[in-house]
Parts: sequence; C-alpha cells; structure tokens
Amino acid sequence: MAAELHVALVAADREVWSGEATLVVARTTSGDIGVMPGHQPLLGVLESGPVTIRTREGGTVVAAVHGGFISFADDKLSLLAETAELSDEIDVKSVEQELARAKAEDDPEAERRADVRLRAATAGR
Amino acid sequence: MGAQLRVYKRRIRSVTATKKITKAMEMIAASRVVKAQRKVAASTPYARELTRAVTAVGTGSNTKHPLTTEAENPARVAVLLLTSDRGLAGAFNANAIKAAEQLTERLEREGKQVETYIVGRRGVAHYNFRERKVAETFTGFTDEPSYADAKKVAAPLIEALQTETADGGVDELHIVYTEFVSMMTQTAVDSRMLPLRLDEVAEKTSTKGEILPLFDFEPSAEDVLDALLPRYVESRIYNALLQSAASKHAATRRAMKSATDNAGELINTLSRLANAARQAEITQEISEIVGGASALADANAGSDN
Repeated sequence: MAAELHVALVAADREVWSGEATLVVARTTSGDIGVMPGHQPLLGVLESGPVTIRTREGGTVVAAVHGGFISFADDKLSLLAETAELSDEIDVKSVEQELARAKAEDDPEAERRADVRLRAATAGR
Repeated sequence: MGAQLRVYKRRIRSVTATKKITKAMEMIAASRVVKAQRKVAASTPYARELTRAVTAVGTGSNTKHPLTTEAENPARVAVLLLTSDRGLAGAFNANAIKAAEQLTERLEREGKQVETYIVGRRGVAHYNFRERKVAETFTGFTDEPSYADAKKVAAPLIEALQTETADGGVDELHIVYTEFVSMMTQTAVDSRMLPLRLDEVAEKTSTKGEILPLFDFEPSAEDVLDALLPRYVESRIYNALLQSAASKHAATRRAMKSATDNAGELINTLSRLANAARQAEITQEISEIVGGASALADANAGSDN
C-alpha cells in the first residue's frame, strides 16, 4: 500500500476538510508546490490561490485559499488559511457579481480574491 | 380592597414582570454560551497548527525577529484589555478591569510605560470616566466576535510592535481577558503574548518532548516568520475574544439566574404579606360587623325596656 498524506485544511474559524490524500498542490509565494507522501519537512507561506487535493479514492478536492501557511512533517500536512472554501461551497453567480463589482471599483485585491474563488469553483466541477 | 393590599398586589405584579424578563435573559445567555463554546472549539485546530508552526520556526532556525527576541530594556509595553459591550454580567467586567489595573501597576513598577488598548464599551467607559489615557478602543462586536474583528484589533498592535520604541512603538504585548474554565468558573487572566516564550508555547500545546523535524522553509525562514507572527497574534486575540465572549455569556446567565431566584423569593414574601393583609382586613371587617351588630342589639334592648 502506498504511503498516504493526512491532510487537514483549516480556516481560522473552522476545519474545512480533512482526510487522506496522495497529492496536494498549493501555491506558495515562490510558486506552486506539490507535496506527496515522504516529502521533506516543509513550512511555507501560501499565496491566495486554489489548492488541489487528490484524495485516496481518486477524487479531487479543490479549495480556494486566501493567505496562510502550508506545513508538512511526518506525512501530516496542514494547510492553514485565514479563509478557505471548498469549490462546491462557492456560489459561482455571487462570485461573478463580486468580480464584476471589484473590476468596476478598481480594487485589485478583491478582484484577485474573486478570481481565485471562481477558478477554484470551476476547477472543482 | 384595602390600600395596603393594593400596594402589595402592585408590587407582586411588577416583580413578576421583572422575573419574566430576567428568566428570558438567562435562557438567551445559556444558549449563547453553548454557541460561543462551539466557536472556541471550531477555532482550536487553526490555533493549534499555527502554534506548532511558530514553535517549529522559533526553535528550528536561528532567525532573529523583533517579535521573538526580548528587548534588553523594554521601555514601553502594550496591554490589551478585553471587556464586554454590555453589562448585566455580575462582576465579569469588574474582574477583567481589576486584573488589567494590577498588571499595569506591576509593569509601571518595573519602569515600563503602559499603552492601553481596550475592547468593549464597559472597559472604555471605565477608563474614560477616570480620564485615563487609552491608546485605542474597539467596540460593537464582543457578543459574537468574528475573525475579521480579531484582525481589526490585532492590526494596530502589530504595527506598534514593529515600530521602533523611540518612534512610539512598543516592546511587549500583554493581553488581559476572561478565561472560560467552565460554566461556573471564569477567571480573569493576563499573559504576555509577545515576545514569544517558546518553551511556554510548547508546553501549552503539549508538543513538549516531541522532537520537531528540521523544516525546509519556503521561501525563507525570515519570510515565513514575518508572515506567521501577525497571524499568530491574530489567532491568539481571536481565541481570547471568543473565550471572553463565552465567559461573558456564562456570567450573564449566572447573574440572571440569581436575579430570577431573588425575584421568586420576593414574590413569595410579598404574597405572604398580601395574604396577611387580606386576612387582617377580613378580620377587621368581621369585628366591625360584630361590633356594629352588638351595638345595635344593645340599643334595641335599651329601647325595649
């Protein structure tokens, strides 16, 4: 049996997702990073971006993560985020509205946040 | 109905109304405690993982960071006091304020200048009434604090910590809040949040003894620490806000419960007094009738003769 990752994706106010996975891809400040079982201990700063988790059953979980950390040791991976949403929790319509509003108001940060959420939502479908 | 009896009846009615209100407040507070406790529990995984990460960086690298190194002569310190917006919670706010004042006194004895930051209207009112200097105040969210509120509170504190002491910054950050021990016990505690005492942090998360692996930092230890510590402060403040909210609701529940009990007792006493007054009235009426009847009888007996 292949080794597994114990993944915990936690936001500041709740645990968003936890379970076993074979691969986790996240975006750190210096680029995308993929973590598989047996990776060397790692502590990195996350950019706001989508996080992709390939589960043991072969499914894919995508989440939009805004700011936070990735820490990995002993095949335990924790993704800490101030806010995190699973792709199926994201309401595409309202995010599209948000994106349009952010563009109209010229708010690059809000625009980026909405963009990340939108991409995560579509990637998870 | 006699005047005396009417007065008692009126008081019983008013106390009954008060009792209804306090009973309702008690039940609302009880349900809010549960909600607040659940929020504390929900925020624990994040806080635990974050503390682990901070410990890992702190012990695993030789990075010097203003937020982890002790200043040689701390001249100025920040004290964050968490109170509630509303009262009716027994000694909840008084205890927190008292703890903050003791801490301030101790720090001033050590020759440090104290900057006070206050959350909650009750604390703000206390300090304003005494015309004490307050660095910054935050109000309006103590019943149900959100993470965004914690960020709002943390922002000026982190900024003050990162500023040089000579330019108006602070060297240490202390926090005074009410720890939720159980439904019946809440204690006001003060603790130094920054600079970090890593051994203490490790002890709290029971990672003591566990050998932390040698981490690979992405992009670098300094950058990770830079990003990590503000989040750590926010998460600690968030946790303190939640505990303080849970404690406040528990204190309110207890205060309202004793108010309800007292009202019930008062109603009992008043009902007894009202019964006695009614009985006295009846007795008096009877004796008046009897007296009147016998006077009539005497008069009739007199006229017959």
